[in-house]
Amino acid sequence: MDFYTADWYPLGLGNAYYRKFDLYKMEWKLREDLKDCLVAVGPYGGSIALMKDLSKDKPSSSRPTLEIYSASGIRLSSIPWKSGHVVYLGWTVTEDLLCIQEDGTVLIYDVFCEFKRHFSLGNEVKQNQVVEAKVFHSEYRTGIAILTRALTFTLTSSIEELKLRRMPEITGSKVQPSCWTVLFQDRVTLVLAAVGKDLYLLDNTTCSVLTLPGMSPMAGAYLDMCVSFNYKHIALFTDTGYMWMGKTSLKEKVCEFTSGVRTAPKQMAWCIRPYSKHVAVAVMWDKVLLVAGKAEEGISFHLDEPSIMVPELDGVRIISPSTHEFLHEIPKATEEIFKIASMAPGALLLVAQKEYEKESQKADDYLREIKEQNLLSLAVEQCIEAAGYEHTPEMQKSLLRGNLQLSREHEDQGDRLKAASFGKCFLDKYSPSDFVVMCHDLRVLNAIKDYQIGIPLSITQYKQLTVQVLLDRLVLRRLYPLAVKICEYLKLSDFQGVSRVLAHWACYKVQQKEKSDEVVAQAINQKLGDTPGISYSEIASKACDCGRTELAIKLLEYESKSEDQVPLLLKMKRSNLALSKSIESGDTDLVYTVVSYMKYEFNRGDFFMTLQNHPTALSLYRQFCKHQEPETLKDLYNQDDNHQELGNYFVRSSYSSEKRVEGRVAELQNAADEYNKAKNELAAKATEDQIKLLRVQRKLQDELDKPYLDYSLHDTVYNLLLDGMLKKAEQLYKDFKIPDKRYWWLKISALAEKEDWEELEKFSKTKKSAVGYLPFVEICMKHHNKLEAKKYVARVNPEQRVKALLLIGDLDQAAEAAIEHKNDNEMNMVLSKCSSISDNVTAEKINRARAQILKK
Amino acid sequence: MHSDRKRASAFLPSLQHVRVVLVPTRDIYTVGAAAAVLALIPAVMATDILDGPALPDFTILKRLARDQLIYLLEQLPGKKDLIIEPDLMSPLDRIANVSILKQHDVDKLYKLENKPIYSNNDQLCFLIRPRISHMKYIANLVNTDKRSDRNRKYKIIFSPQKFHTCDMILEQEGIFGDVTCDEWSFYLLPLDDDIISMELPEFYRDYFLEGDQRWIGTVAKALHLLNSIFGPMSKSYGIGRCAKMVYEVWKELLDEDESDRTERRPDLGVAFIIDRDVDYVTPLCSQVVYEGLVDDIFRIKCGSVEFGPEVTSSEKSIKVLLNSQDKVFQEIRNEHFSNVFSFLSQKARNLQSHYDKRREMDINQMKSFVSQELKGLKQEHRLLSLHIGACESIMKKKTKQDFQDLLKTEHSLLEGFDIRESITSIEEHINRQVSPTESLRLLCLLSITENGLITKDYRSLKTQYLQSYGPAHLLTFSNLKRTGLLIEQVPGETLTAVESKMSKLVTDKAAGKLTDAFSSLAKKSHFRGISKKLGLIPRIDGEYDLKTPRDMAYVFSGAYIPLSCKVIEQVLQRKSWMGLEEVTRLLNGNEFSVQLSDNTANSDSQRTILIVFLGGCTFSEIAALRFLGKEKGYKFIFLTTSIMNSTRMLESLAETKT
Repeated sequence: MDFYTADWYPLGLGNAYYRKFDLYKMEWKLREDLKDCLVAVGPYGGSIALMKDLSKDKPSSSRPTLEIYSASGIRLSSIPWKSGHVVYLGWTVTEDLLCIQEDGTVLIYDVFCEFKRHFSLGNEVKQNQVVEAKVFHSEYRTGIAILTRALTFTLTSSIEELKLRRMPEITGSKVQPSCWTVLFQDRVTLVLAAVGKDLYLLDNTTCSVLTLPGMSPMAGAYLDMCVSFNYKHIALFTDTGYMWMGKTSLKEKVCEFTSGVRTAPKQMAWCIRPYSKHVAVAVMWDKVLLVAGKAEEGISFHLDEPSIMVPELDGVRIISPSTHEFLHEIPKATEEIFKIASMAPGALLLVAQKEYEKESQKADDYLREIKEQNLLSLAVEQCIEAAGYEHTPEMQKSLLRGNLQLSREHEDQGDRLKAASFGKCFLDKYSPSDFVVMCHDLRVLNAIKDYQIGIPLSITQYKQLTVQVLLDRLVLRRLYPLAVKICEYLKLSDFQGVSRVLAHWACYKVQQKEKSDEVVAQAINQKLGDTPGISYSEIASKACDCGRTELAIKLLEYESKSEDQVPLLLKMKRSNLALSKSIESGDTDLVYTVVSYMKYEFNRGDFFMTLQNHPTALSLYRQFCKHQEPETLKDLYNQDDNHQELGNYFVRSSYSSEKRVEGRVAELQNAADEYNKAKNELAAKATEDQIKLLRVQRKLQDELDKPYLDYSLHDTVYNLLLDGMLKKAEQLYKDFKIPDKRYWWLKISALAEKEDWEELEKFSKTKKSAVGYLPFVEICMKHHNKLEAKKYVARVNPEQRVKALLLIGDLDQAAEAAIEHKNDNEMNMVLSKCSSISDNVTAEKINRARAQILKK
Repeated sequence: MHSDRKRASAFLPSLQHVRVVLVPTRDIYTVGAAAAVLALIPAVMATDILDGPALPDFTILKRLARDQLIYLLEQLPGKKDLIIEPDLMSPLDRIANVSILKQHDVDKLYKLENKPIYSNNDQLCFLIRPRISHMKYIANLVNTDKRSDRNRKYKIIFSPQKFHTCDMILEQEGIFGDVTCDEWSFYLLPLDDDIISMELPEFYRDYFLEGDQRWIGTVAKALHLLNSIFGPMSKSYGIGRCAKMVYEVWKELLDEDESDRTERRPDLGVAFIIDRDVDYVTPLCSQVVYEGLVDDIFRIKCGSVEFGPEVTSSEKSIKVLLNSQDKVFQEIRNEHFSNVFSFLSQKARNLQSHYDKRREMDINQMKSFVSQELKGLKQEHRLLSLHIGACESIMKKKTKQDFQDLLKTEHSLLEGFDIRESITSIEEHINRQVSPTESLRLLCLLSITENGLITKDYRSLKTQYLQSYGPAHLLTFSNLKRTGLLIEQVPGETLTAVESKMSKLVTDKAAGKLTDAFSSLAKKSHFRGISKKLGLIPRIDGEYDLKTPRDMAYVFSGAYIPLSCKVIEQVLQRKSWMGLEEVTRLLNGNEFSVQLSDNTANSDSQRTILIVFLGGCTFSEIAALRFLGKEKGYKFIFLTTSIMNSTRMLESLAETKT
């Protein structure tokens, strides 16, 4: 503890301390010297990509190797480089490796050296060739800036939506800039380039010469420059050893520094911490690392080996062939606790805790002191915060324990504390959530920092990166089990956590070509089961993209949502399966989707055949055709030899689409033919009759100049009778074999309507009525002709006579008849008609008769 | 045969009973001798014995629908004309009337038809059911505008949902990019306290005739909506292929929606889903309960009816909302028609005595009478005279000998005697062109009860029908055949594989005998079998008392218990399909009974039962179940795709010239 601050180095008078500590002893065995390599290290503890830099070596026969290591130096992957000459390597925000070639082609690989895609930076770049390149990051995007041999800059702010921007040329200069960088001002991407003593700022259209405020005129020529991780600060180094540090607006100087070394640095990197008021830049030469800031003297470190620096959000990573170190500014909380002779509450709390462990009563004194200042909660906060900044678990524990024990004391020994006249415990108001969250975070950070994983994130970086992105990164590294553990540990919702990871795992799994479809599908289902939030269709889609159609189909079986199954099945051209699935789902929209797909994909014959095998789809499609494509409907029936439906089809069109009589006859003839083929003689006969009738009707229409078309046979005959065309009616009756009964009804009604009573009587006498004579009575009464009605009563057969008599209102006779028949029903019928007083006699008569019948 | 005879004579008195009550039509307004002769108000009407649990309040469904519609209208800011398809007009009126629409920038209202619309508005909003024909009308309108370089905004609101075919048509007609689409998920229209209609009359034809399953998801969604507001329901029964599919889709929705498993006190406990084709007999029978008769004669549309001049005894027609708010109607709707008149006369008499009170009043009493009672009395008076008018009008039509004969024929068919006589009278019906749908109805009833017509009858009746009503009805017959409503017995076909296998096994002679045996077996009607098993034709000892009915048969004058209702009664009583195996086999199976959740604590909700009719239900069925509810202490809620009666059913199957 006393030595805790031994590796702290103060810079200037601003109470800024810096320290450098080991993250890892590197596992790798490098074949090449780092300085002979192109090196790219991803931000946020990202992986290290290495490739021998051919431009430094004389053309060698051997092809270089692209190697990717974790931050701890474990090789993740490597491939022999077979493409062109690579000028620059860089990582994107999504951990893809960009390999920028001399010819302006950019190849994208993932961390496992698997090729993803490539694109070109345009013809001009290709012709002029790339000299230097830089990869830069803005929010969610990665851009590339290129300096060509023709000394022009080309850049794109996003490699996803490639828009190449050619920057204006540096006016009047034919010399390659000594150094340059990409800046953002008001969301505009700019290039700042230095040629000798001059600075040029290039925006979209213009190139302007620039003088930095407060820049010493004697500073000399610019040798190097660097922009901070957050693109807010910039530092420039000149050949007089002078350093200008300021804001990227280039209008504000923060400080300057003069170093003893005047040679061009190997590398420069900002070493600042978010929200800190201190600034510092790490400048690296072959053997020396200098931390320069607002101070007379910088901090220098000796370097044993050639190293490279990786700027991070809150410090600089320094990677050498043997070690991986982290240089950062000591955070405020840590400083206050550990600074020698600090009386900050956190520091006291830490001491108290140490004493408590020793079971010394001094613990009480210290606590009392904090308590008296009312600073105990602040102390706790400080300790918690400081624990986050520690990289060794021991130190973290030590800082947290003070807390923990106090918390416990509060819970278990609250009474004792009270007895010791501490009064009400300060922890009353303290919510343990900060403490718990910090414990969780540290546990996650320690886990990913492990050698095997090799992601050295500081808590600041981790908070900036968020758990979700960290999980994505783990997934990209195929560290599925760890990712799942973290999700479970942090109790993330399935949707954001486990399910997502598992889905990714499954998507990876389907790419393992060496395993059989069966095995993969089973493995996936076993692991994923019915986990909520898992979309099997997405996994299947991935399998399909990898060309594993069979596997995709197997996986789709596990998909519970048909609406997700069907589109993919169609994509894989499994339309039959898609059709079955859509029908199973009961969702007609899905069925239609498949049907309309098949309609265009299949030839007509196959399409119809498929439909025939799926009646539900067929009936749906028929519905559609009925309204939209009647011709197709006909074809459908034809294909199926469905003569019955074809007949119906023709009948329908005979009255819906055809207006001319000839046309209708033709359609009906078609219908009759089809009905005959369908062995539906009844329908065929009916259709033929209709043809005959249509012809007759047309003739009638012409002759009589009256609309006869569209009447039914019944109505035709009826109208003929009304028109007095008795002969014609008789003719139709014979021709169409109208049943006698119908004809009698028809004729009686028509004649009555015409009030042709004479003809009616004549008709009644032609031959025996097929319907009896009650209808004659009824029809006359309907037309209120009692006189005529009476004529027929006598001819009504005995069973119906009572009815007939009632119809003409002859109650007395009706009663007589009913009594004669001894029919109870009839008697009731008569009785019910006896309503007025005058009918009393009749009623009595019946009642008497009834009584008599009953007596017997 | 002997017992049948007895029955025939036995139900005649009941018919006569109808007549006796109905005779004195004239005297009703004066409340004279006629009413005095008539019996007192029947007990059932006056009191509600054995009250079931209170009904959930379904008006929230209306509010939901209205709010969503307003939201959709506001999505198209500014003045717009609204073009509504005819079938949505009445339902829309129940949700949001014209003044509400006007409040939300609707300028003019048009009916969607296949003809141009003369609108000056720059924004047209269509409110339609997702039908192909409507899409074409809209396409015509849009394309006409395009040709005349008229630039407008078009928005189509589909109710209750859009179908893929609609998009297909929009694409084919080349206007996909010109219109925006939205869905108004208006599934459920509460017509009354206990009736919720989806107002989808096309459901019947689409599913049962065309085999189009498009509405299944819609019904499932509607059920899901009800369940999420008034559930969770704990149990579901069902019978029929469609019911099963609906249930399965609903189940999927339930599973997806795990989150909503709150411990709410459910209002609804049980859902019973039933296909219309499980029971075709009931909707084919003439309705004789008041509400059913009003529907048959005046056509109730979306819960309201338009009484013409013959009812109002004035020049104009009056539109009346028929629901429980109408206190007069509430008391007679479920009654057999023969009771209605006596009730109304009693009511009229009471009303008169209320009015008469005025004579003995002093000024103050008169004041309070005018301010408190008079309005109610006047309202009651108005309703009473309307219903009396309706009754008279019904009687004019229904007391004729024709109707008596019709009922007689129907009852013979239901009981299965004197079939030949019935066929003769149906033939006469056709020959005399009494009514195309009535004739069809009888034909279908004959076919269903007899399990098909024998070839000779089928051919002759069909030919005669075509002669009467034209050959276009060839297609109608084809449709009826496809739905199984009117079929020809084909001995060879019904005997399927079993017979052919048998004939291979045995000698020719034996096979012949077997075939005979089989054909007689095949001819055995399912309806007869079911009717026997369930006792659908009540045994009659003496006269069936329609005033104090003892079973659901009262809705058909005591001649027949609606099959659908009987099945429901049996399953609810047994709490399963156990013991009904034979019946379900005859009904072509597809029955199910599932536990949805174990929320059985609330016994009130267990007695609140949602009956889902897929393909429509009749007012007779509703009346029968209401009766059952009163007897057994259930509360039934009816969810139907539409209100059905024989005319609507047959009209939807008829092919008419367009």
